[in-house]
Amino acid sequence: MPTLQQLEDLTRQTRRDIIRMVHKVNSGHPGGSLGCTEFLVSLYNEVMDLKDGFDMDGVGEDLFFLSNGHISPVFYSVLARRGYFPIEELNTFRLINSRLQGHPTTHEGLPGVRIASGSLGQGMSVAIGAALAKKLNNDSHLVYSLHGDGELQEGQNWEAIMYAAGNKVDNLIATIDLNGQQIDGATDDVLPMGDLRAKFEAFGWEVMDIEEGNDLESVIKGMKEAKSRTGKGKPICVLLRTIMGNGVDFMMHTHAWHGKAPNDEQLAIGLEQNAETLGDY
Amino acid sequence: MKKYIDQGKNDTRSGYGAGMTELGRTNPNVVVLCADLIGSLKINQFIEENPDRFFQIGIAEANMMGIAAGLTIGGKIPFTGTFANFSTGRVYDQIRQSIAYSDKNVKICASHAGLTLGEDGATHQILEDIGLMKMLPGMTVINPCDYNQTKAATIAIAEHEGPVYLRFGRPKVANFTPADQKFEIGKALMLNEGTDVTIVATGHLVWEALIAAENLENQGVSAEVINIHTIKPLDEEAVLKSVKKTGCIVTAEEHNHLGGLGESIARVLATKHPTPQEFVATNDTFGESGTPAQLMEKYGLNNKAIEQAVLNVIKRT
Repeated sequence: MPTLQQLEDLTRQTRRDIIRMVHKVNSGHPGGSLGCTEFLVSLYNEVMDLKDGFDMDGVGEDLFFLSNGHISPVFYSVLARRGYFPIEELNTFRLINSRLQGHPTTHEGLPGVRIASGSLGQGMSVAIGAALAKKLNNDSHLVYSLHGDGELQEGQNWEAIMYAAGNKVDNLIATIDLNGQQIDGATDDVLPMGDLRAKFEAFGWEVMDIEEGNDLESVIKGMKEAKSRTGKGKPICVLLRTIMGNGVDFMMHTHAWHGKAPNDEQLAIGLEQNAETLGDY
Repeated sequence: MKKYIDQGKNDTRSGYGAGMTELGRTNPNVVVLCADLIGSLKINQFIEENPDRFFQIGIAEANMMGIAAGLTIGGKIPFTGTFANFSTGRVYDQIRQSIAYSDKNVKICASHAGLTLGEDGATHQILEDIGLMKMLPGMTVINPCDYNQTKAATIAIAEHEGPVYLRFGRPKVANFTPADQKFEIGKALMLNEGTDVTIVATGHLVWEALIAAENLENQGVSAEVINIHTIKPLDEEAVLKSVKKTGCIVTAEEHNHLGGLGESIARVLATKHPTPQEFVATNDTFGESGTPAQLMEKYGLNNKAIEQAVLNVIKRT
């Protein structure tokens, strides 16, 4: 198990990777990526039980599905630094002939990715299917998924939410990145979703909050608690409160950096705020 | 001319159900999903024998496609079942991203395709599904002609790695394919050799093509009849070989002429061997309520329509 200091170093390095990746190609989604850095670093290095190497079926290990595929920069950085593919490959993000497509895909054979995502609202159904396969295979490992809060406006999620509770898919932990922002503004302004905890509970889910979604210790503690609640007849929803753009001050608390890359000057400021720890790619 | 005998009318969806029953007994990785249409898809026997490998999804087709994609991760071979309209148009983006682009081994099995769904009307009679599915990279598209062939196709697609769209229908139709005929994906079947015209048909129109060929023989026209059960990948060689002999072709399908089998064949001919072609297909229209026979008559999809198309295309040679 890594120490907290090691995870903090990894988090800071991942933030550098994110802003460097989107800066280089002047495209991509830094805001949500930065907001979910602590979550994904914790998940892949502390929470999930993972085998060495990668095979698509993932029998005998925990699985993760990224439904909000636009936060691919953080996903790619975390996968690379966990050893799924060479860290230098982050250099190819969004470039022609790269395995690191704008949104994650299995199509180019990138290890660590098990489903394409980008068109929103599809990941929970896929995660449920994978969780059902685990049950059929008598594999006691868990399935994790991550969804944007704005993404819950897609109706397919609610089909999936209804199904998972009705069929006791209790080896699934679906986390909602509750940053309150989407492309056109605050989620409350674009399409208010009301009380998400009450909605998930009404559908029959076990719901947990992680109030400090950008604090490593809180995320780890919360996700371990979520893990302990699996296997009891209910799917688990974690409402993870994050700050979009976390760790780069001018990107924080706004939807402005949802899908916009920093310029040279802004990159320099961002990097200054996140000192190199493990070596840039 | 070879004679084909109807072994007794049966529905192609029952062929699917029978195929699933056999797969349930022979392939432990096969799982079945359904969106509230067990009876229509004839899968009761599979469910009875394999309750743990059946997933009732409810009226939520988008979720069904996603769950099917997820089930492949862990080695399952999911067969989804609902009407053709709800198997394709309703869930196009789910199929596109979570199944086709993600290279998932999902079998999308679609009943009640086309006009022969009958009285329910145009909301349920999809005539665009072949086009939608064949446009997806990596998707195999199959439209078998009768009960026996649908059963054989159902069994065959379990052995094929990759996404498949299997299209079948509601009404009881002639069952003339030998029960022991092995189904080969992408391999056209020569049903009747002829010299004056090629008739290439798929699905329910294959039997109609055989009747048309018989009627044409009485008029002195020798028609070659080919059953193209696999629209993608298309057996281009079989089509080219035939038209090089006959010099003209009629394509027949229970589908819009835009996006269907006929268009796939027209592309092959235009690039490799330009040949006069007539289309027996719906003419960019929705369907309506009526009996299957009335609808096939009104929209020009029966043996008479094929016969007329043959006479027309021969004049163009």
